[in-house]
Amino acid sequence: MVEFRVNGEDVAFDGDADTPLLWILRDHFSLTGTKFGCGTGQCGACTVHVDGAAQRSCLVAAATLDGRSITTIEGLAPDGENLHPVQAAWLEFDVPQCGYCQAGQIMAVVDLLRQVPNPTDADIDARLSNICRCGTYVRIRQAIHRAAELLAAGGDDATR
Amino acid sequence: MQRAEPWSAPALSRRCFLVAGASLAGGFVLGVPLAHAVPADTAAQRRLGHFIEITAGGDVIIGTNQPEIGQGIRTTLPMLVAEELDVDWVRVSIRPMPLGIVRTADGYAWQYGGQGVGGSTGLTSNWEYMREVGAAARRQLVRAAAERWKVAPESCATEQGYVSCPALGERYAYADLVADAALLDPPEEKPALKSRSDYRIVGKPQRTIDAEEIVTGKTRYGIDTRQPGMRYAVIARSPWLNGRPVSFNASAALKVDGVLDVFEIRGPQPDEPYQILASGVAVVATSTWAAIKGRNALRIEWDKGPNASDSSEKFWADNASMLDGAGQVVLDDGDFDAAIAAAARVIVRRYEVPFVSHAPLEPQNCYAHVTGDSCHIIAPTQMPAGASRSAAWATGLERDRIRVEFTRVGGGFGRRLTNDYVAEAALISKKTGWPIQLQWTREDDIRNDFYRPAGMHEVRAGLDAAGSILGWTQRLASASKHYRRPDVAAEDLWQAELYPDDFPRHIVPNLRLEYFHNAIGLARGSWRAPAHTANAFVIQSFLDEIAHETGQDPLELRLALYGEERELDYGGHGGPTFNPGRLARLLRFVAERIGHGSKLPAGHGIGIASHFTFGGYAAHAIQVAVSGSGDLKIERIVAAIDCGLAVNPNAVEAQLQGATVDGISTALGQQITVRDGQIQQSNFHDYPLARIRDIPARFEAHILPYGDTPTGAGEIGLPTAAPALTNAIFAATGKRIRRLPILDQLKA
Repeated sequence: MVEFRVNGEDVAFDGDADTPLLWILRDHFSLTGTKFGCGTGQCGACTVHVDGAAQRSCLVAAATLDGRSITTIEGLAPDGENLHPVQAAWLEFDVPQCGYCQAGQIMAVVDLLRQVPNPTDADIDARLSNICRCGTYVRIRQAIHRAAELLAAGGDDATR
Repeated sequence: MQRAEPWSAPALSRRCFLVAGASLAGGFVLGVPLAHAVPADTAAQRRLGHFIEITAGGDVIIGTNQPEIGQGIRTTLPMLVAEELDVDWVRVSIRPMPLGIVRTADGYAWQYGGQGVGGSTGLTSNWEYMREVGAAARRQLVRAAAERWKVAPESCATEQGYVSCPALGERYAYADLVADAALLDPPEEKPALKSRSDYRIVGKPQRTIDAEEIVTGKTRYGIDTRQPGMRYAVIARSPWLNGRPVSFNASAALKVDGVLDVFEIRGPQPDEPYQILASGVAVVATSTWAAIKGRNALRIEWDKGPNASDSSEKFWADNASMLDGAGQVVLDDGDFDAAIAAAARVIVRRYEVPFVSHAPLEPQNCYAHVTGDSCHIIAPTQMPAGASRSAAWATGLERDRIRVEFTRVGGGFGRRLTNDYVAEAALISKKTGWPIQLQWTREDDIRNDFYRPAGMHEVRAGLDAAGSILGWTQRLASASKHYRRPDVAAEDLWQAELYPDDFPRHIVPNLRLEYFHNAIGLARGSWRAPAHTANAFVIQSFLDEIAHETGQDPLELRLALYGEERELDYGGHGGPTFNPGRLARLLRFVAERIGHGSKLPAGHGIGIASHFTFGGYAAHAIQVAVSGSGDLKIERIVAAIDCGLAVNPNAVEAQLQGATVDGISTALGQQITVRDGQIQQSNFHDYPLARIRDIPARFEAHILPYGDTPTGAGEIGLPTAAPALTNAIFAATGKRIRRLPILDQLKA
């Protein structure tokens, strides 16, 4: 049994200790916004925040979760009304095509901007490795720069 | 914009049959989408036909009948409806519709028009139909208002959700008219459509209508299906092409907590058409992870089958030796032999294009629930009618007993034109009686695909003393996509690989195409822009080689060949005509934008390419830098597309951007290889996809409009990216890439 928090709620999981967080979220908590893409940490579609840091949830085992605080795409926006600035920037540039990787992209970028609030293109190239099979990278890059502006301008107030 | 729950197929009535469209065998939409499709006994509802609902508050909900695979079809088609309905686009939301096939006295028919996306036809095959849906509904609303006012419908007008009568100075909101309008018998004749100059929505960039659901994680893809009592299943498929389990020991698997059942899945015999891809052993469990762990615990003894000695080395050696002989001549214009004999110079080159996998980011999956006399399917698919057929094969049920819903799809690229995973899911649910979700892992996906065919192309051109092309032949040895298709004769296998009316048909007078079929045991299928990806690379590389060999400018050489705008006969998909002048326009544009002809530092180079794909035109200009140690950096991309009228320029731009990345990603590092009858790649570590660092910030995607009707856009921008890249590499280094992928060839 491990006890942890998901999107601010206390939860418990008593399945196998090697169960990846990805499948706990998807199959046990029906939080399906976190996506399965490769299962080996390559693609980043399953990116969530573990204690605020972006992690590939397919590589995070249940045994390591005790006392952790997990944020998924469903819990990223501070409330039901406003989007996170990264989500707002994603809409502004209409980034998604199939959209399947975008939750993971957004979670990765939120952490990227926490570490590097005003990234250069080179910073983005060095720090963002999530795969987009549709090739939305041009717009992802534009949206990251826009999100950096929104965050600098005051975060939530700048959305919508 | 929130999306409402999916519609279930309404109960059938005689009136529904009146509007049912073409027979399923007839292909795309021929049906008349009149507004009288609402069953008369549901008059209280607020729907006009199958597609349109107008709420009491005046919001408009438009049904979307096509699979959304990222091409934007669930935004673009509702734009057409809203345009002709004459409503404010910001009031529109969408509602996905299920597969709508119904049984009639004459067989099955499309209740909601043809449903399926492939070949960049999602827009073009619905261009008339969806506008008529909107226009027919608008006509009904006008007639309902006219009846109330006791005036002629011709004296009424519509404006953004209202019908007005200027003479009376009165107006009604659509919301107040919809119930009446639904009960009026519609006229027989088709409704009039707007002229282009009246468009308010079409032709203007619109954002993806359900993007907010995507960025908040609310969108339900196939993989996100959650149904009461649902179990989870995976399959251990044969690691050998056409292998099968001889025996298996499930005792360890059944000890895994949550594993419920283990049983064999029988795939096709080695020469049979594919319903599913492979034989194997299914594991059903209470969670995905338990199923995967159970699969890992299986002990299976495999019969390696008839392809256990297949290898890529042998495949490529066979291609080369085939090309040393004589093949099947499939096109022979003019007198190629005489042209070569008269040539001052002959240039011959061979190019290799590998097998590649689709690798959509959402791995294959399907929900199936088979009960005694019915089946429910929820799947990510490009061809919902194919899903229905696959489920019918697996269950033995009549197709009108099979309900198919299709979700937003996490990438198509042609992989989900086939519904083998639907058949697998239906087999498992039928065997167990449980509602199940079949889940493929990435390894399952990379190793079990309908791969893009691989082939070796030999191109030969005879030139006169001035460098003009007198004769041209393309000879291809490949593994045809039509392998193991039912009803395809051996002499027709070439038709999937060589498109005879492509450039240089009707431009180079003495033209011969020759084909050799090479057998290898892996399944092949349609991969985004199918054979155009190979042929554009070959033709656009070879033109570049001719230019450099003869001291001509690569742009001027192409412009001279393409010539002025004129319509040439084009019998293949994308015809009936091909206008090479439209390629010239695009090519000139991208070359100017990127500064073709300007002096670049050593190690830098610009490459160009252009091609006609499925009715649309595209060109690329790419600038690269290659370091002394062979490190490649793409510095700049200029892409341009001419897809006629760009209905949603935002979506067209996105498709051009994405197709360009797809072409580059594939050229850089993707190939599927075979050794000892097994696929050697398994996941993104050995089947690499481009990441953001591979794609430059300096990336322009331009739309050059043409005329008043659209072509598709999903595939058009892909084929020219790879040859523009490799032509740029040649310009930078003098190294000619004739074998894809590029991998480490620049390091040599």
